[in-house]
Amino acid sequence: MSTASESTATKRQAPAGERVADWADGRLGIYSLAKANMRKIFPDHWSFMLGEVALYSFIIIILTGVYLTLFFHPSMNEVEYHGSYVPMQGVRVSEAFASTLDISFDVRGGLLVRQIHHWAALIFLGAMFVHMMRVFFTGAFRKPREINWLFGFLLFVLGMFTGFTGYSLPDDLLSGTGVRFMEGAVLSVPIVGTYLSMFLFGGEFPGHDFVARFFSVHVLLLPGIMLGLLVAHLILVFYHKHTQFAGPGRTNKNVVGMPLLPVYMAKAGGFFFLVFGVISVISATFTVNPIWVLGPYRPDQVSTNAQPDWYMGFSEGLIRIMPGWEIHLWDHTLVLGVFVPLMVFPLVLAAIAVYPFIESWVTGDKREHHIADRPRNAPTRTAFGAAWIAWYTVMLVGGGNDLVATHFDLSINSITWFVRIAFFVMPVVVFFITRRICLGLQRRDKEKVLHGRESGIIKRLPHGEFIEVHEQLSQEQLHTLTAHDQHKPYEVGPETDENGVQRKVGRGQKLRARLSKGYYGEQAQIPKPSAEEYQEITSSHGHH
Amino acid sequence: MSETGSHENVSDEKLPSAQENGHGAVATANDPFADPGLPPHEPRIQDIDEQAAKRSERVVAMLFTVSMLATLGFIASFVTVPVDKYVHIWPIGNIGALNFALGMTLGVALFCIGAGAVHWARTLMSDHEMVDERHPVAAEQETRAKVMEDFQEGAKESALGRRPLIRKTMFGALALLPLSGVVLLRDLGPLPEDKLEHTLWAKGKLLVNENTHEPLRPEDISVGSLTFAMPEGLEEDDEEFQKEIAKAALMLVRLEPEDIKDKRELDWSHEGIVAYSKICTHVGCPVSLYEQQTHHVLCPCHQSTFDLSDGARVIFGPAGHALPQLKISVNNDGFLEAQGDFEEPVGPAYWERRA
Amino acid sequence: MKKLSARRRHPLAALVVLLFALAATGGLYAAFAPAGEAKADQASSQSLAIEEGKRLYATGCSSCHGTGGQGSSDGPSLVGVGSAAVDFQVGTGRMPAQQPGAQVPKKKKIYSQDEINQLSAYVASLGSGPVTPSKSQYDPSGADVANGGQLFRTNCAQCHNFTGEGGALTHGKYAPGLTDVDPKHVYEAMQTGPQNMPSFPDKVLPEQDKRDIAAYLKTVNSSDTEKPGGYKLGGLGPVIEGLFAWIFGLGALIVVAIWVAARTAKAKKS
Repeated sequence: MSTASESTATKRQAPAGERVADWADGRLGIYSLAKANMRKIFPDHWSFMLGEVALYSFIIIILTGVYLTLFFHPSMNEVEYHGSYVPMQGVRVSEAFASTLDISFDVRGGLLVRQIHHWAALIFLGAMFVHMMRVFFTGAFRKPREINWLFGFLLFVLGMFTGFTGYSLPDDLLSGTGVRFMEGAVLSVPIVGTYLSMFLFGGEFPGHDFVARFFSVHVLLLPGIMLGLLVAHLILVFYHKHTQFAGPGRTNKNVVGMPLLPVYMAKAGGFFFLVFGVISVISATFTVNPIWVLGPYRPDQVSTNAQPDWYMGFSEGLIRIMPGWEIHLWDHTLVLGVFVPLMVFPLVLAAIAVYPFIESWVTGDKREHHIADRPRNAPTRTAFGAAWIAWYTVMLVGGGNDLVATHFDLSINSITWFVRIAFFVMPVVVFFITRRICLGLQRRDKEKVLHGRESGIIKRLPHGEFIEVHEQLSQEQLHTLTAHDQHKPYEVGPETDENGVQRKVGRGQKLRARLSKGYYGEQAQIPKPSAEEYQEITSSHGHH
Repeated sequence: MSETGSHENVSDEKLPSAQENGHGAVATANDPFADPGLPPHEPRIQDIDEQAAKRSERVVAMLFTVSMLATLGFIASFVTVPVDKYVHIWPIGNIGALNFALGMTLGVALFCIGAGAVHWARTLMSDHEMVDERHPVAAEQETRAKVMEDFQEGAKESALGRRPLIRKTMFGALALLPLSGVVLLRDLGPLPEDKLEHTLWAKGKLLVNENTHEPLRPEDISVGSLTFAMPEGLEEDDEEFQKEIAKAALMLVRLEPEDIKDKRELDWSHEGIVAYSKICTHVGCPVSLYEQQTHHVLCPCHQSTFDLSDGARVIFGPAGHALPQLKISVNNDGFLEAQGDFEEPVGPAYWERRA
Repeated sequence: MKKLSARRRHPLAALVVLLFALAATGGLYAAFAPAGEAKADQASSQSLAIEEGKRLYATGCSSCHGTGGQGSSDGPSLVGVGSAAVDFQVGTGRMPAQQPGAQVPKKKKIYSQDEINQLSAYVASLGSGPVTPSKSQYDPSGADVANGGQLFRTNCAQCHNFTGEGGALTHGKYAPGLTDVDPKHVYEAMQTGPQNMPSFPDKVLPEQDKRDIAAYLKTVNSSDTEKPGGYKLGGLGPVIEGLFAWIFGLGALIVVAIWVAARTAKAKKS
């Protein structure tokens, strides 16, 4: 490098920031990373920010969580509480519970941090759910993003268990009841259930160990795995670049939007503060998880309205609606009443996780997809997604059946029966209704393209007829409304060729053809308007 | 528009790309739906009017300033508001002052930074749409070929293919090693053995009222009342109290003897006083919502319902079997006592539980 | 007098006359209205109460509870329920019941406390049962709130919820919320076990324990309960918290996201 002659020639030093960057680049090679990413383009749409809500609430959880670990004692040793909260004076509680009371009443700002932590956790899982559904309904899980979809799904599931272990840490009556439920569920596992339960709890329930064990899982193990998954998830988003909705100038081979520096740094960075601010204001005004009135956990005490946090609610619904079937096999008991819900619980989640792979098998589409679908243009997929959400919601309602009973003056027994039936019926009904709605929207789009937008202006023709004047769509709008892919159903092909030779067609292929017809057949989607149709209609439109 | 990736399952004529003009095609007279390209940039008021831009700047600066003031407010609240002060804020009610003050000031401080940054981006930063090209994720044929070649070379050099003994024993070693990790987990807890089959109840143990910690007499319990009991000798500050009460918790109600339908229930009762395990046979919550007119007891967790006039059999809900009954009688001093332990394990069912 | 009549056309003169007339009417009424109940000795005032109570019972209660309190298909027998039960049921407005159903709800009471006392005396005369508690029995001031909480969680929370916000029972029945309930009624409910609520007689739950429970309820579930964390969202637990987080938490954040990503206003309309 001719730096010596350069500096003597110009006698000017680069600004301090530049020198620091140079120093870092010389050791880390950051300029090549910066070159690829500094002006990376991100498209603008509010639904693309739902993942950010999840990301930022996760960061908020970690920040507040670290604070809480400085004050929380993850121990089940019993002490008499003598802090400042009067209704707990002298009560025997675990150190975990006592330290949580201390955080809430004797550490200034402690209650605020606890509430931010818990509200952020509820919002974190909600945001992941909504983000996951956005990705689902826009088909953004298609190649090359299938692995990222799985990473995201894992983040959601791990988040559920991180939340569960987290809110069970204070060892209060509500969360302890949930831990008892978990133990009962573990006991129902055939052959190894009792062993698993003894190992998890270090003996019989409740034992002296589960709070400390949950603490390691909640603070170290699960967040560690989640951080790794999160980094991988974000790297892939950057690497693949974000999907975008169809529109003028947007193709499958480009991405249109604003650059990371400065626009997205400001918008996304700013959004972090906005999310944090909103959660903070909520935590200032609304109580969450008031353990001081829940009381310490005792296995012989319970309260009504005992539900887990919302993200575990669907498992609560499953366990409430399952009939109490027990099968007695010689000297053993198969506890179907608990074991079946335990097995269905991961299946509900798996159903949405494997969907991208089923769809890609059915369509046989191996191209990369970077244009986000409008949900109406994938009617069968959208219907499946809506049916899954309906299924999930039915289970949530089942989990809260006692609150539904008291608030709507209904019998809890009737609600349970309703949910039992809706569990099977509701997804099917919602599937069909959603598909009809999508088809209707597709028809409307087609009408708009071919006949133009209804302008609201009424015109009277010379012979007396009233018509509505339609306004032709602009070129941009015509393109946007017809840019979507429409597949044709997969056909197995003739079983015998022209020489009369039969070929073997596997059952898998036949199933695939049937499913493909369900996805792309005549009843499953409205064909896009073709250029010929359009020209025919516009040329004859004349007076419209 | 041919992306990388083979189409062996879907013949080309089925693909949308081959059926009509795809994306990115230049608008031609034949295709009314062709992509017209990026729309022209429309300036914002701040782009053309310096006054408007200055106004935006002032708004952003004001937001950042409010944030600073809010942070100062946070610090002031922390220092001045006592941790046990409550204020009445309409319409929320009587709430903790410190939590409210800290949370609101922090919230405003954070929100205004965000709002300032976003307003700045939206109104003052360039809003010209930019285009970036995408590149297929999969590598070029050349790269792929080179990688395959390198791999073949490396694999050959490793001699793994040619030397099956190495290969097999290597897999054996690697597969076996994780077992040491699994074995280490053995001491997480004891073996179940018969722990779940026994509770503290035994012949002669008095029934102690959980409210008063006094032993119960039959005349203490009237028809329609609900009493919770635990075995004598169990104290709340015992090391194993939680574990023992999780199995030994007892629920006592009194029925008119003629209302008891189950013969064994009547035999095991004392003058219509029946003692049932309080621990639900579903997943272990305390069943304790006794409806005195129907004699049904409901578990609040998952709504298992048991009929205490009929052997506590399950009449609704997900529980699999009836609540275990404790056989009771009265001792010479007139106190209620157990006649033995429960005759079946209490609480949730499990694999080794005999019917 | 001359000074007064000189002001007779004063604008406020009418007002003064009106006030004078009101005062005069009120004063005359107070002077001539019948005095309060004539004081008689205890025994006869009691029998007077029972007579009055019987009259009130005949008009308001006998259609469901029978002419002699023996019960009918529409209402249970009142023999042996005691004055406490009547004081509770009528005092909380549950009785007279408006319509049959899974459970009789609390509503505005229609009898005055005096009338309730009379009804209680009559029903108590039908057969002995729990007696309406005196103030010293139910007054929760100075009671042990922490002990009350422990007792509440053992005996009451399973139906009424951690802080007495209420909960569901089977087939449309429910344990009502206990916000701002009079400690006397809390005491009576524990004594008598109204409808499907079990009773907690003094042998099982002593008087002091009942007072502790009432004190606990007053501390954690009255309209001026101190709420450290802010509005308590009904005190109904994670279901409401989850609904709130979804509707208002995520809702607010989505609104904010829409603002962040929205098109900025263009200089002129396109």
